[in-house]
Formats: sequence, structure tokens, C-alpha cells
Amino acid sequence: MDIKVLGTGCANCKNTIALIDQIAKAKGVPITLQKVEELRDIMSYGVMSTPGVVINGKVVHAGGVPSRDKIEQWLTV
Amino acid sequence: MTPLTLPRPQRHSRIFLIVAALVWLTLYQALAPTAQALVAMLPVDPASHLGGALEFFFYDTPKVLLLLTGIVFVMGMVNSYFTPERTRSLLAGRTEGLANVMAASLGIVTPFCSCSAVPLFIGFVQAGVPLGVTFSFLISAPMVNEVALALLFGMFGWKIALLYMGLGLTVAIMAGWIIGRLKMEAYLEDWVRDMPKLQASATDTPMTLAERIDAGINSVREIVGKVWPYILAGIAIGAGIHGYVPQDFMASFMGREAWWSVPLAVLVGVPMYTNAAGVIPIVQALLAKGAALGTVLAFMMSVIALSLPEMVILRKVLKVRLIATFVGVVASGILLVGYVFNAVL
Repeated sequence: MDIKVLGTGCANCKNTIALIDQIAKAKGVPITLQKVEELRDIMSYGVMSTPGVVINGKVVHAGGVPSRDKIEQWLTV
Repeated sequence: MTPLTLPRPQRHSRIFLIVAALVWLTLYQALAPTAQALVAMLPVDPASHLGGALEFFFYDTPKVLLLLTGIVFVMGMVNSYFTPERTRSLLAGRTEGLANVMAASLGIVTPFCSCSAVPLFIGFVQAGVPLGVTFSFLISAPMVNEVALALLFGMFGWKIALLYMGLGLTVAIMAGWIIGRLKMEAYLEDWVRDMPKLQASATDTPMTLAERIDAGINSVREIVGKVWPYILAGIAIGAGIHGYVPQDFMASFMGREAWWSVPLAVLVGVPMYTNAAGVIPIVQALLAKGAALGTVLAFMMSVIALSLPEMVILRKVLKVRLIATFVGVVASGILLVGYVFNAVL
């Protein structure tokens, strides 16, 4: 599963990455986690509020740290 | 808090809201007697300086925390009605004037994280929101936020909170309008100007009342969890001053008579960066020592609204001239607010 976190490097973005990483490890789901910090690239996903989360090229979340439940849902599919 | 985040039927949500409101009110009513009783139990003379300071601390800490929790919870629910996408589609394609007023007001209710400022900026411009209107939103959103209002309300009363809100909105509306008049679209960075135009659309995912309550609880956990140390510091300073420091210590150099105090406050405030909660202890200390209210509010506004790190990020999307105009216009607005305030009060 290819996961990208969009954000300009603020605390919330870092928390999002850490949380996804932690849950993926706990569930044993193999993922590639990548952060996208370049503004131009962030905008190309059409995301206005960061942090945003992109899974396999699709924006699944924008604006704020996603909840644990939400991340677990993404990772079980 | 896990049981609260489970989905509940609509009726349970209403009951939850009513019970929460009642508990909140009861606690709020019980504050003053509890604080007095607490101090009475301690081995200090209630009439002494120390007694006064302690009573102030025991009363103000829970009062401000309760107010903050209540307001942040309500705003968390309100925020769930206003996504940035929705705000954008409300503002896209409008002409300046009334739209500046709308943008500044929407800035209060739209959830906003300071690190989203630039993506929001581009997203707005891309969808045809006029530049000046975008600025009205970007100025008002961080400056007139629920934390600032709740803290001002809790520590200095509702009149000062309302004044701050009115003045903050005025600065945001006027500054955005002036930037719009100046026709500075050419000073956007080229790549921003050349981005394909977007159709603003907002897909509303309907939320249940229970989900909105969860949103409120989440923002309480996130915001109150983050700002409480600042509040404690602010109140401790306030309590210390309450008992001891002479009232007009600062009056000579930050009082109403010193004409240069407002520009100085803005000059010191602009490069400083902290959130609304971080600036409150300083505000508390200045006010209590006799600094003029207009000067202190101008200081608070310039700390929150303008900051060096923000300029650095904005530089990626704006050319220097537009950034300078933005800072100049907003700082002048804040200056004016400070002077008017000091003159009227």
C-alpha cells in the first residue's frame, strides 16, 4: 500500500506520519510511507487544508490529524 | 473518553448535549464559593496579599478553563458545518466589498491550522476568489479565533472579547479591501498565477449530530490539551500581580499618554510568533501593570496576525512587494486600532 502524507512540515503533519507508521507496524500491514512537502506537489492533489493523506494516488483525508479509527479502516482494506 | 466516541442514536446525542450544558453551568456557578472555601481552609489570612492572590488563582484557573472548554466545544461543532472547501465555494467569483466582510466572518468559523495558510491561499486564488477577499480571510482566521476570544472573555470580561473581535474583523476587512484595490495580482509568484483555474465545488458529506459532538470533543482534547500550561502561567502572573506589584508600574511607558507606545507595541509584536494562548500571560502582565488597553490589544493582534515564519512560507507564493504591502497594510490597521482604542476609552 502506497501512502503519502501531504503537509508543509508542521507538527500535525509529523504526528500524522508517526501515527500511520505506528498503526501499520502494529497491524503488520506493509506500506510505503512518503511525505510530500513541496507546495506545488501538494497543490497538484487539490488539497487545501493540510495534513492530507493520499492512498494509492487517491486523496482520502484532508485537514487535521486523522483519527486512529480512520487509519485502521484504511489499512484493513 | 472512548465511550463518547462510539456512534449514538440522535436522541442520545441531544440528551448528552443537555446534560453537558447543565453540568457546565452548575460547575460555573459553584466556582466562587469553592474558591473562597478553599482559601478559608488554608492557613493564610483571606484579607492578606497572599490570601487575595490565592483566591484569585483558585477562582480564575477553573473559570478560564471551563470557559475555554465550553467555547472550544461549541466552536468544534460549529466548525463541522464550515469546511474550507465550502467557504471557498461561498466566496468564489464574488466582487470585493461585501465579499471581504463575508470572508473575514467566515474566517472565524472555518477550521484553520496555521500550517494550512499557504495551501488555502493558493486554493482560494485558484478557484477565483479575489486576491483581496482571500487576504481578508487569511488575516481574520488566525487573529479572531475561539481561543483568543475565550481567553479574553475569561480573563478580562466579555466587553474586551467583543471589542477584540470587532476590531480584528475591521482590520481584516479593511486590509483585504485595500490590498484588492491595489491590484497586486501581478505580484503572485508566477507558478501560482499559471496554475490551472479550478471550479470551486464543495461536496458535503452529511454528518450526524453525534459526529458533530465528536468533532467538538476532539477539538477540546486537542486545543485545551495544548494551551492549558499557558493559561496557568498567565493566571499565575495575574495572581502574583493581583497581590503585590503596584498598579501603575508600566503606565509611564505603556500608558495612554505615551504616544509612541502603540507603534512600539506593533514593532515588537510583528516578528514575535506565538499562538493566542502564549501571548495571554504577557497581555495579563502588561494590563495589570497599567499599560493602556489599546496598546496591549495592538500588541496581541500583531503577535498573532503577523509573524516572521509566516512571511518565510508566504514568500514561496508571493513576491516580496506583495508581502511588504500585506505587512504594511495590516500593521497600519492594527496601529490605528490601538490609537482609536486609547483615545476612546
